[in-house]
Amino acid sequence: MSDHNNIRLPEGSIEKTTTTLNLGPTHPATHGVFQNILELDGERIVKAEPTVGYIHRAFEKIAERRPYYQITPLTDRLNYCSSPINNMGWHLTCEKLLGVKTPKRVDYLRIIIMELARISDHLICNSIVGVDTGAYTGFLYVMQYRELIYEIYEEICGSRLTTNIGRIGGFERNFSNAAFGKIEKFLNEYPRVLREFENLFTRNRIFIERTQGVGAISADRALNYGFTGPNLRAAGVDYDIRVHSPYSSYEDMDFVIPVGTTGDNYDRYQVRNGEMWESIKIIQQAYRKVQEFKGTEADVYHANLPDYYLPEKEAVYTSMEALIYHFKIIMGETDIPAGEVYMSVEGGNGELGFYLISDGGRSPYRLHFRRPCFVYYQAYPEIVKGSMLSDAIVTLSSLNLIAGEMDA
Amino acid sequence: MSRPVRFNIKSKDTHNWGINMVDSPDGLTGEGFFATSFDKVVGLARKNSIWPLPFATSCCGIEFMATMGSHYDLSRFGSERVGFSPRQCDLLMVMGTIAKKMGPVVKQVYLQMAEPRWVLAVGACASSGGIFDTYSVLQGIDQVVPVDVYVPGCPPRPEAIIDGFMKIQELVHNESLRRRNSDKYKLLLESYGIQ
Amino acid sequence: MSLTNDIIQQRLTEKFGEQLTEWNQPYGLLTFTAPKDLNLKVMTYLFDEPELNFRFLTDLTAVHYPNRTNEELAVVYHLHNLVDNVRLRMKVFAPVAQPDVYTTSGLFSSANWMERETFDFFGVNFIGHPDLRRILNVDEMDYFPLRKEFPLEDQTRIDKDDDMFGR
Repeated sequence: MSDHNNIRLPEGSIEKTTTTLNLGPTHPATHGVFQNILELDGERIVKAEPTVGYIHRAFEKIAERRPYYQITPLTDRLNYCSSPINNMGWHLTCEKLLGVKTPKRVDYLRIIIMELARISDHLICNSIVGVDTGAYTGFLYVMQYRELIYEIYEEICGSRLTTNIGRIGGFERNFSNAAFGKIEKFLNEYPRVLREFENLFTRNRIFIERTQGVGAISADRALNYGFTGPNLRAAGVDYDIRVHSPYSSYEDMDFVIPVGTTGDNYDRYQVRNGEMWESIKIIQQAYRKVQEFKGTEADVYHANLPDYYLPEKEAVYTSMEALIYHFKIIMGETDIPAGEVYMSVEGGNGELGFYLISDGGRSPYRLHFRRPCFVYYQAYPEIVKGSMLSDAIVTLSSLNLIAGEMDA
Repeated sequence: MSRPVRFNIKSKDTHNWGINMVDSPDGLTGEGFFATSFDKVVGLARKNSIWPLPFATSCCGIEFMATMGSHYDLSRFGSERVGFSPRQCDLLMVMGTIAKKMGPVVKQVYLQMAEPRWVLAVGACASSGGIFDTYSVLQGIDQVVPVDVYVPGCPPRPEAIIDGFMKIQELVHNESLRRRNSDKYKLLLESYGIQ
Repeated sequence: MSLTNDIIQQRLTEKFGEQLTEWNQPYGLLTFTAPKDLNLKVMTYLFDEPELNFRFLTDLTAVHYPNRTNEELAVVYHLHNLVDNVRLRMKVFAPVAQPDVYTTSGLFSSANWMERETFDFFGVNFIGHPDLRRILNVDEMDYFPLRKEFPLEDQTRIDKDDDMFGR
């Protein structure tokens, strides 16, 4: 192994002692389009320079043009592996701006959807870490159960991936019996599948040697770099917004936060795995609580918000007030308070924040998304310096970088 | 002394298995030979063994992963092996939004592919810019590369991606062997600035 | 004694006096404005004080107010004290003719890319930033797209008929 400092080049030579490798935007191992220009000394990485922006879609500028209810499809496409969490985060931000309190049943239904999305996101991340270390089977096996989650979304909102689920104040329709049946089926079948997936990786000698001690980051550096979410929890800091600033009745749920110690790839895998188990617990509790609502309470699926929640179509065609409200909401004539609000939810990757400045008009004056992937990708050169090229690939996938969220 | 056959003795009825067999092209058959035109055979072979290059940028890429999964298997159509090296692939499947920063990269990947090559634009963003009519998004990849089939949807369901793939298969099947050297094709490439 | 908004306001006014203005608490989040040259000093004070302990930079962005003459660009910092779970918002205003603001990337490593993004979108020049260049847009772009005077769509499109699209 040559130490690149020992090679002496003649004066004025344009040659370098290191190799430049372009881990370009199109690459099978970078899950998303971001580029890394690596300086390698043999197989070890001396310097890494990331470039992002290959999928910049100018969400923040688009949001200044659209009314509030039309921004939900935009938030879908941030972290597209867990789009319901983004949608709910946006609705919670609008509800905070308007000062709306949603009924408990709506909150519990939201919790079920958000935790399903979290399971879906972590499944992709963990199985892709497996693929990058060479184990393709786990990925294919687990995609089958993501299909079941997609079917649950389809029953509720009609779409699989970019869900546009929910409305400001609740949901667009009550969950049907078929949806509840599918959720029950998921709760019955999925724990066994997760246990099988764990058996493939957790005590697997090759996987442990590939991921333990690789891509470590200390808690201090992680906090300084603005890490949040599973990556920060793997480094040892137990910061989870669902516990610290609970939203949507998370305080009624009983769950623990898995925390790692060294912040390396293995800890990140374990934290995400542990979070999936906790999500199953939360969904079970929320599902039981939803089943406890009987009679007319079981029909509640949105807050009483005539100014911002579109009335039922039957009412629009028969009653005058509903027609007027429908017209006002679509045309944007309702009174939206002016002010600025910052609301954050625990996304699949960390603290997804929405900074909304409203000037009382139909669209936001300024909407900024605090995207966790963008913030923690800055730490990648520091994490990967000194490690080998193949370790850099595994680190890249275990950080769960979603390009849509990074570039927004 | 031979053992009596005990297993697999009932004759199987293969008509209800629902297996689609590929029809053989028209030609002259005889004892030990089959004569047909060259491009029919080549078309048949090519269409059932396309090697795609999944150029997945965003949300449509996740639907592609679902298409490659076991529920909506794409390998039934012969694309078991997806490649990431353009030199070895036939079909460039562009899935997801292409920003203006990414446009030259798509063009470079297209140029590195060897003839015959096809391009499938999956999703609304690759076909026409999608919901992102902004300053930073390329309004459809047909601004930089010639596209054969467009699959609309945001994201398109895996069935729709498979439908687009089947249309590519039809194109591959019926393509004449002389097309890539024809003047019309050369004009098409020149309009994109590709020699 | 837990940290409340009043204690933070009191400590900041003790240290910086009348220079910190426009105190209010929209939706419970303490917000104040600092003069442009003091942003790093205020944030260092909030970082180092053991009682205040604002050691997490949640967000750094900018807003363009074309109507506030001489103060058009507002750089907004969201800070978070993780131990006491208190958030804070600090705003710094700069004129659009000379938008120079001191960088905080020495204090918070996460500010590095966030300041590059703010520069890319609004043109805020962060003095002392190690590598201030465009991050999300193409490098050749010569204007700052999120300022209010620039439109959303690509103006060089010839195939789209604006009359039909109701802009």
